Amino acid sequence: MRNFAFSSAENVDQAVSSERGNAGEASYIAGGTTLIDLVKLDVMRPVQVIDLNRLPLREVERLDDGRLRIGALVSNTDLAHHPLVTQHYPLLSQALLAGASTQLRNMASTGGNVMQRTRCPYFRDVAAACNKRAPGSGCDALEGVNRMHALLGTSEHCIATHPSDMCVAMTALGATLTLEGPNGTREIAFGDFHRLPMDRPDLEHELEPDELITHVTLDTPVVGGGSHYLKLRDRASYEFALASAAAMVAVEDGVIREARLALGGVATKPWRAVEAEQALAGKPARTESFEKAAEIALSDAVPREHNAFKVPLARQAIVRALEKASAASKHH
Amino acid sequence: MNMKEYSRQGDEAGSAETAVTLSVNGEMHQLRISPNVVLLDALRDRLGLTGTKKGCDHGQCGACTVHLDGQAINSCLKLAVMCEGHEVTTVEGLANDAGLHPVQQAFLEHDAYQCGFCTPGQMMSATALLEDERIGTDDAAVREAMSGNICRCGAYKNILAAIQTARGQGQAAPTAGKTS
Ligand SMILES: Cc1cc2nc3c(=O)[nH]c(=O)nc-3n(C[C@H](O)[C@H](O)[C@H](O)COP(=O)(O)OP(=O)(O)OC[C@H]3O[C@@H](n4cnc5c(N)ncnc54)[C@H](O)[C@@H]3O)c2cc1C
Ligand code: SF4
Ligand code: FES
Ligand code: FES
Repeated sequence: MRNFAFSSAENVDQAVSSERGNAGEASYIAGGTTLIDLVKLDVMRPVQVIDLNRLPLREVERLDDGRLRIGALVSNTDLAHHPLVTQHYPLLSQALLAGASTQLRNMASTGGNVMQRTRCPYFRDVAAACNKRAPGSGCDALEGVNRMHALLGTSEHCIATHPSDMCVAMTALGATLTLEGPNGTREIAFGDFHRLPMDRPDLEHELEPDELITHVTLDTPVVGGGSHYLKLRDRASYEFALASAAAMVAVEDGVIREARLALGGVATKPWRAVEAEQALAGKPARTESFEKAAEIALSDAVPREHNAFKVPLARQAIVRALEKASAASKHH
Repeated sequence: MNMKEYSRQGDEAGSAETAVTLSVNGEMHQLRISPNVVLLDALRDRLGLTGTKKGCDHGQCGACTVHLDGQAINSCLKLAVMCEGHEVTTVEGLANDAGLHPVQQAFLEHDAYQCGFCTPGQMMSATALLEDERIGTDDAAVREAMSGNICRCGAYKNILAAIQTARGQGQAAPTAGKTS
């Protein structure tokens, strides 16, 4: 593995000032499960690695306005089992526990999970053409083995799937990221953070090179909402999603008052199916409504040679997740 | 990847080796390593603790599982410099003077391995999950919690049986009069 200089940031100011001036050359490390994997593959090549683990960002706390603020260093395990999460955001807990393995979740941080890179095999292979890793080099996935690749949000420059489960739940729940930079703090809606590949798949998110994610704050829970995270994959555990659906449905007298739907495994970023959500509002909480929503959610799908099977798979995941979520709704 | 490679790459990058104190199985070890050395290689190549295995080197198999402050982690993805101030436990640290750890004994009795390559990692995950109240006790919960340990020989059935047998059997205290 290529070598790098290593330092630990003692506080947030130090973390953002030590990165400054090294844009693109320095990299933070939290759990290391994405970074060290990709440094070993020579895909990420930091000259300097800055350890964040001494920063006081391990709290999960309820704010006065009812939202839940999660420190960037809270591990995926601790977040999944936190009483405030299991009680008020079971969708997030389910999604986290559906990801990776016990060992990896113990290491993985909330901030690192947001920043994890695609598992596209051509991105991970420095001998392949990949616009994300080497801008302008082409995309070997377009005509290659693209069974794991995305249907939604793709471009002719990149069809890589965003691999996170946690981010899909956060997209459905609604959240805000707090970013700290040399010029102070700013906030950004979770749904605006990850970018579509378009003609610059190397630009994956809105974080500036000298910025740090300090917190993710979840919106207040939807009153009476039931939820379900369904992940379909090649084996029962320890595998990335082929298709996943995070559904939250609030039903009153058999009618859907509010619905949220986000998709994983099929899109280039954590994917909120806004039009499907709108179509569900006011409809009877029945399978026909869910099937219609699934059609709408996938109407823009662009399948490739090896991933067309994901269209019916995602459709089923959506219908099933909506059914389970509405059955779990408090007022159905 | 071996030690020679590390020092050579370290020189090339001009990144100095740093002094790191690792606490492994209750013993302190002083090492001089470059920042890119992962815990797995520090354990195997520097400390001679070869019980911890390298399978994939990318977090995909669990052969390298050790405990960091009691939690199971993949040592192939953990920088050794980040382990200072934390307690590392490897498979070599499971048994004590009083004998094998109940999980080791149960693996033996249930024939929970064939080639044995995945076994140290399996046992480290097993010992951690038995101590973790957040993980359920039924077979499905144990299987799920153990999914980060791949066994190419397919000894899963016996591994599960061994873990459930070891459950509730506390580790015997080391024999009196001996130091550990
Ligand atoms: C074998 C394997 C299987 C996996 N399976 C799944 C799965 O099924 N589902 C799933 O969702 N994920 C899966 N993952 C991915 C895993 O969830 C991520 O690797 C993990 O969440 C990353 O978190 P980390 O703290 O380890 O990140 P790190 O590796 O420490 O960091 C990742 C990136 O984020 C940056 N970063 C970290 N923290 C911050 C911060 N606070 N602010 C700004 N930048 C930051 C780092 O600089 C780096 O570029 C898997 C990973 C592996 C290796
Ligand atoms: S799909 Fe994206 S990440 Fe994969 S090879 Fe093409 S450009 Fe690279
Ligand atoms: S060697 Fe660490 S997970 Fe395979
Ligand atoms: S016993 Fe051979 S890999 Fe598990």
